[in-house]
Amino acid sequence: MNLQNLINDVPVEGEYTLEGLDFITSGDQYLSFKLAEECYAVDILAVEEIRSWQEPTIIPNAPKEVIGVINMRGTIVPIVDLRIKFNVGQVSYTPTTVVIVLAIDTVDALRKVGFVVDAVEDVINAKAEEVKPYFELSGGIASRFVEGQINVNQAIVTVVNLRALHQFNDQSEVAYE
Amino acid sequence: MTVDLSQFLPTFFEESFEGVEVMESNLLSLTSDDRETIDSIFRAAHSIKGGAGTFGLERVSEFTHLVETLLDELRDGRRQFNEQDKELLLRATDTIKALLECEKNGVAIEQATVDEVTTQLNNALNGRVSLVSNESSGWRIIFIPEPDIAQTGNDPLLLFQALADLGTVHATCNDEHLPDFDTLDVEELHLSWQLTLTDTQASQLDIEEIFEWVEDECTLEIAPLSEPQSQTQVNQAQSSGQLPNASEQQVSNLAPSSEVTITGTPEVIESKEPKPSRGKHTDAGSIRVGVDKVDSLINLVGELVITQSMLSELGQDITSADSEKLKAGLEQLMQNTKELQESVMRIRMLPISFTFNRFPRLVHDLAKKIGKEINLVIQGEHTELDKTVLERIGDPLTHLVRNAIDHGIEAPDVRTTAGKPPEGQITLSAYHLGGNVVIEIADDGKGIDTELILAKAKEKQLIDGNYPLNIQQIYDLIFEPGFSTAACVSDISGRGVGMDVVKRNIQALGGRIVIDSALGKGSNIKVYLPLTLAILDGQLVKVCGQTYIIPLLIIVESVQMQADNIVTASGGQYYYRLRDDNVPILPLGKLFNLGSQASPSAEGLLVVTECEGQKVGLLVDDLLGQQQVVIKSLQENYQQVNGISGATILGNGAVALIIDIAGIIDLSKKHTNGVSKQTSAQEVEQ
Repeated sequence: MNLQNLINDVPVEGEYTLEGLDFITSGDQYLSFKLAEECYAVDILAVEEIRSWQEPTIIPNAPKEVIGVINMRGTIVPIVDLRIKFNVGQVSYTPTTVVIVLAIDTVDALRKVGFVVDAVEDVINAKAEEVKPYFELSGGIASRFVEGQINVNQAIVTVVNLRALHQFNDQSEVAYE
Repeated sequence: MTVDLSQFLPTFFEESFEGVEVMESNLLSLTSDDRETIDSIFRAAHSIKGGAGTFGLERVSEFTHLVETLLDELRDGRRQFNEQDKELLLRATDTIKALLECEKNGVAIEQATVDEVTTQLNNALNGRVSLVSNESSGWRIIFIPEPDIAQTGNDPLLLFQALADLGTVHATCNDEHLPDFDTLDVEELHLSWQLTLTDTQASQLDIEEIFEWVEDECTLEIAPLSEPQSQTQVNQAQSSGQLPNASEQQVSNLAPSSEVTITGTPEVIESKEPKPSRGKHTDAGSIRVGVDKVDSLINLVGELVITQSMLSELGQDITSADSEKLKAGLEQLMQNTKELQESVMRIRMLPISFTFNRFPRLVHDLAKKIGKEINLVIQGEHTELDKTVLERIGDPLTHLVRNAIDHGIEAPDVRTTAGKPPEGQITLSAYHLGGNVVIEIADDGKGIDTELILAKAKEKQLIDGNYPLNIQQIYDLIFEPGFSTAACVSDISGRGVGMDVVKRNIQALGGRIVIDSALGKGSNIKVYLPLTLAILDGQLVKVCGQTYIIPLLIIVESVQMQADNIVTASGGQYYYRLRDDNVPILPLGKLFNLGSQASPSAEGLLVVTECEGQKVGLLVDDLLGQQQVVIKSLQENYQQVNGISGATILGNGAVALIIDIAGIIDLSKKHTNGVSKQTSAQEVEQ
């Protein structure tokens, strides 16, 4: 199944089937993706597009998870490797590496950021009460990046806080010795 | 059908503010009973009043009505023009603007000021009205409607009835211009009337109000009864055979307000003397479009340019029978794209008069306030600049002009003593120079006293007294934060926004500022600005596998280094001896943390750039081509990056970053102080 089509054709309330897939259309929908063996998700309405890996242009002295900028149809979009940011999984770039471009609604504007993940997985539905609070422990992700966790079958899906994600660390003043 | 008028409100406000500007600039240039200028002021006021009435903004329409009445009297020669009226009308224009701003932003207005100006206007008007009405017991009204007046829904009979409410009306109808019965169009009106209104307390204003709706569609004469009949105009109208023609002539003299919508027509029709042009109103027609539409168009053309250069690159490698045709086609495409790009860019270009227009008023008011006589000369106001640049250059320019008035021009008596004419002169001019626009602010005042600057700078410990400065370096001290040579701080200048802010704003636009001055003769400040912020000519360079763009404007030259000329000095800094200059070498790869870049060596390439009079050399791996690039924002989705001013998209679709030389010098300075910076960074983390 073509994921791009899946994203475009997510049904609105009242539409119940799509190419033989059953959708529960109540509650919020999330796009889930994998970083190594772990499952994460973002609000599906923020997803702008999913694209394959392309070599970005390096930004001088950027934080290490900001691996560069790409041209998305005339717009300059920064690319953040979530595997580096969350310190999960192996960092490698192949033609099958996936970049999820999100449009994040910040106070002043709609900002686009691309995130490198290992694989896009599914669309999941969850009501607000199904999103459990996240408890930050040593070694885990900082709680400001997490909105909550959803149980899907046996897995725990971490819902990522988009607004926190688009805030880049301050440029390292002196990145050279 | 109901129409939601509120959707037109933004346009109304935009047009009205333009109208206020027209009124202001025309008032300022008004020196005598110049009919044409008064007409255009009247037209502007009239359309503001009309619009305000339509949108139910009563305060605006009532106030503007008063202004219009006063103007009407000037226009008809019933009132002699004097300086007092001019000042009053200027204040009234401010009030209209303030009222409009209040309506627009929904905030409360300073009612006291409005009341004061309203009273002044009423006094000015009543002064005349009472004078006339005292000696008259009634009015004589000559009403010659246009033949098509009925088509606009106006019935003279209703007007006469309204008139009858004011007193006793006697009407005499003139039917001599009625056409023959068989050529008569029943929808046309060929009658005219002479009316007398007696037993009335009505003022001329009251009568004018009744005819207000038809004033564009008729010839109207209102005169006190006792006044001897001297209206040659009316006689002329009546004696000339064809009434429609005659009234047309008169109406065109009256300049009906319907002309207001055609501001694009050249204003000079009959005046012989050359007049100062009035900015945009001399342009050939214009349309109003949203900036967002233009921006998207510019973006699209940017894309097109990129696609075109991509195709050209590909096309060069093709070898087949049709390759010649393909290359010719690509060549054609390149030409067309270039022209299209230029035309689209020109949409954003506006004449600098948009910014210059505010200065006559500023100079007028300031000069009056501080008792100086100043003549402002504006040149080259048609020079075009990008809208974004225009908007952002206004405040720095205002500051420079204020400075010229306050610090530059001396008081009249001082000038006379110095053997100069008592009236000082400030010249504001704009012209193109290479790829730049230069704005010059020149005054014939006292000039800049370098001794005074040096003394001040020493006092503030900005400089060390021992080492010599050249004249430009001394002038540059003016731009130091908190530097002011004014003996006392006035409310006009001397504090608040300083020259440092002016310089920063101009630099933020990619421009620079140069001062030239002669003691006792005056100063000349030149502001160099780029034509547009949307494109630039760039030199593509390669550093550690990455492509960067260096703006061509800052490049002095590019050299292949000679081993003999590479010198290390002053703590490990590499210099390149370029003739007599010592050019510091900045290793781009190292500054940008791109990985290892070879130390400066022979055969290495150095791009020598100049920033604020200081030459620095950028060490690069390779020089690629030169091309015009479309500047894209890096901050839109990311953030400001030190040493980078923006990004662009190359022919192959990849992103290349544009070098900001001032930022790179900053980076390099931090590099030098690396150790201390690192400690402070650690402190922040803790």
